[in-house]
Amino acid sequence: MSHASTYAMELETTTGLPSRKVAIWTFIGSECMFFASLISTYMVYKGKSLAGPYPHTPYTAAGGEVFKPILNIPLTSVSTFVLLMSSLGVVLALAAAQRGSRKGVITWLIVTIILGSMFVGGQVYEFNSFVHEGLTLKQNLFGASFFVLTGFHGAHVTIGLIWLTTILITAIRGKLPPDRAVNLDIAALYWHFVDVVWIVIFTLVYLIP
Amino acid sequence: MTAPVSAEALGLAAHEHHHPSTATYLKVGITLIILTAVEVGIYYVPQMRPILVPCLLILAIAKFALVAAFYMHLKTDSRLFSGLFLFPLLIAVVIVIGLIALMAYHFAFAISGHI
Repeated sequence: MSHASTYAMELETTTGLPSRKVAIWTFIGSECMFFASLISTYMVYKGKSLAGPYPHTPYTAAGGEVFKPILNIPLTSVSTFVLLMSSLGVVLALAAAQRGSRKGVITWLIVTIILGSMFVGGQVYEFNSFVHEGLTLKQNLFGASFFVLTGFHGAHVTIGLIWLTTILITAIRGKLPPDRAVNLDIAALYWHFVDVVWIVIFTLVYLIP
Repeated sequence: MTAPVSAEALGLAAHEHHHPSTATYLKVGITLIILTAVEVGIYYVPQMRPILVPCLLILAIAKFALVAAFYMHLKTDSRLFSGLFLFPLLIAVVIVIGLIALMAYHFAFAISGHI
């Protein structure tokens, strides 16, 4: 199937817009509902934990050992910076794809994937350290709602990384010409959505005491 | 059978040319870094505690809007995309605020011993 006929098929809608972009925006709309349910759960149970560790207040264990507030704001601030810069990376990759710059697409996609991997790595480190400090999924309401919310977000980032990697492979093989840039556009929209969800999580979970 | 039609003829290229320039993307990126630094900075300032929550919410909304408008191209793309995103987002915000208010009311009654 030629590129032109691919676009022609996409435009067989009453909107006159690429049908796959309409689909990804509809999907993103449904994802808003999904994350709203998780964020609601976290916010409803915020401050309701009967046992520690706590996110913003010190915690004394049963043995008398005192722990600091469990959230690591400096680490998460760096992770937030990294994810925001990955959004810049993917939008620059898209701009390069629309210009027909294969080298630009490959470079910026690699940068984006490295930054996204750093974010996931930071989250794995954070989860691991929390478990070692006694915060598990079953420890208290904070642990349950925190791990579910940030875990699902991390899973979305991981899916985004896999998606971007497949597009990187396509670009390396020279199969991402400007008239197929919509393939990257769709993946980039998903990636930016994951980014804006993190903007909300970072504020509500990490910064608001 | 659909006759081959170029993307340009279908208006797609013109549509994509409305996207912001690389310089705009970089300016938005720098703004996002600055806003994040301000967020983290005011978190550590004890004098900001009384107004910390509204300040953080305003900064988060600003960052969210910048990414949605410029990186997700809602500022320049079809308004249908804005509708597909903003309408569910509005419902999502109402759900979050509604559930927080409902459960706060529930917990207040639970503490007072009425339920």
